[in-house]
Amino acid sequence: MEIDPFIFRLSIFILSIFVGYYVVWSVTPSLHTPLMSVTNAISSVIIVGAIIAALSSNDGVIFSSSSVFGFLAIVLAAVNIFGGFLVTQRMLAMYKKKKKDK
Amino acid sequence: MSPNLSAILYLISGVLFILALRGLSSPETSRKGNLFGIIGMVIAVTVTFLSVGNFTSGFIYVLIFLAVGGTVGAFIAYKIPMTAMPELVAGFHSLVGLAAVFVAISAFINPEAFGLGTPGNIKLASLIEMAIGAAVGAITFSGSVIAFLKLQGIMSGAPITFKGQHALNALILVSIVVLTYYLCSTQSSNLFWILIAVSFLIGFLIIIPIGGADMPVVISMLNSYSGWAAAGIGFTLENTALIITGALVGSSGAILSYIMCKGMNRSFFNVILGGFGATDQSVGDKNKEQRPVKSGNADDAAFLMKNASSVIIVPGYGMAVAQAQHALREMVDTLKKNDIKVSYAIHPVAGRMPGHMNVLLAEANVPYDEVFELEEINNDFANADVAFVIGANDVTNPVAKTDPQSPIYGMPVLDVEKCKSVLFVKRSLSPGYAGIDNDLFYKENTLMLFADAKKMTEDITKNL
Repeated sequence: MEIDPFIFRLSIFILSIFVGYYVVWSVTPSLHTPLMSVTNAISSVIIVGAIIAALSSNDGVIFSSSSVFGFLAIVLAAVNIFGGFLVTQRMLAMYKKKKKDK
Repeated sequence: MSPNLSAILYLISGVLFILALRGLSSPETSRKGNLFGIIGMVIAVTVTFLSVGNFTSGFIYVLIFLAVGGTVGAFIAYKIPMTAMPELVAGFHSLVGLAAVFVAISAFINPEAFGLGTPGNIKLASLIEMAIGAAVGAITFSGSVIAFLKLQGIMSGAPITFKGQHALNALILVSIVVLTYYLCSTQSSNLFWILIAVSFLIGFLIIIPIGGADMPVVISMLNSYSGWAAAGIGFTLENTALIITGALVGSSGAILSYIMCKGMNRSFFNVILGGFGATDQSVGDKNKEQRPVKSGNADDAAFLMKNASSVIIVPGYGMAVAQAQHALREMVDTLKKNDIKVSYAIHPVAGRMPGHMNVLLAEANVPYDEVFELEEINNDFANADVAFVIGANDVTNPVAKTDPQSPIYGMPVLDVEKCKSVLFVKRSLSPGYAGIDNDLFYKENTLMLFADAKKMTEDITKNL
């Protein structure tokens, strides 16, 4: 019997949880706020689904009941992607090391 | 684009997201990490465009909506003050949650576009994943909206509790499982809408009983939820990038919640069940007898600090409220000119979100290698001359170590009282969030400075 592709995705999922676990523990506590904003930004990769949804209608109809939700989701995810990455960048730019004393 | 190629590219973008988080292990590598994250996102979006391959007029609209959202996001990112970061993050979580709900709805209405079957005959596994994605997304959305309103002060930060709350929540959670079951067996769209509506409701109900100072846990928890919602949608779409990201974000939020709970010595369930502070108020009132307090002014504080050789600053949420971080750094600059060693001590739950104080200090140009975490610096208090507590309260309360009756007993606290002298900036003697008196106020070596944090720091600088 062939293995259901779902099992492969589940494997990726489970292993990613472990990767996430170890990676996040290595994040220095002083960067926990940027961690939250950047995880926010990357979880907006859900925009992938939003794009598929927005382009889902056939026959040249642009706004169908399913694509409208896609377009709305694109806006929301885009706010998050741009907002999340930029605000993270803004924060990280502020973390400076002590200047060497004279 | 062939499905195999796009799958590999999605995998690469997932790996780049892992590297983005990995970069945050130190401030030096963090900026590069953020760049990896951006590249990962660009790859994911581009691959999606190419694999849909539908460059009709609909595509133009996609770009327009993308640009609109992007402009709004960029504008917010540049305008937002650093003190408002908790609200911003809560707001962003709500958007991820809602986006997940919308994608799930779209997939439910038009499953053909996603290759999941036909309406009314959606593959069982996809339907379950969709339902999970939609439910968790809806909970994330409404929960984050409440968290946002509480942080923003539009809604009172006080816990809202009522009789039968826990029973009601449990009932709703059970009904979500039951609804999902029936949705899968009947494919009824009505059940799908009810499921979403009920999930919105439970998200709202879960967050209202949680008080303002527990927000660090709540925000981390919602961060985690937004990840699980993304992962649920990732399974529906069979998209590796989304699955990896969802797992990363989900575990990241869970770890942060754990760290925050540990910082308060409370179990996760204790926080979630809520109502902390409100119930303990009466205990605090009972043993409130008048005890003598030494209070001083900026002149006294300046005198004490001028004669010190080392000073430890303990910032808390009050500093953020008073926007005193810049004034504080100026005071520290003056101290350093007088050859006084200054460091900062940060409690894990200081502020309204994990790492909140660190960002504010970084904004005020405090070098990050002068800022220490609780475990790193706690032994240094005994050797320091002055502890300057600004806007923190419960996290310095020695009662947590001495009084097993106290609601905060066992919570790790900063050993501020071990310093030769303690300067405590506070507007009044009112108890902190936990509703208990701080023993530190009445210690022999404590000098209370009753004033607004910003004004007091400025006055001290003048007197130095």
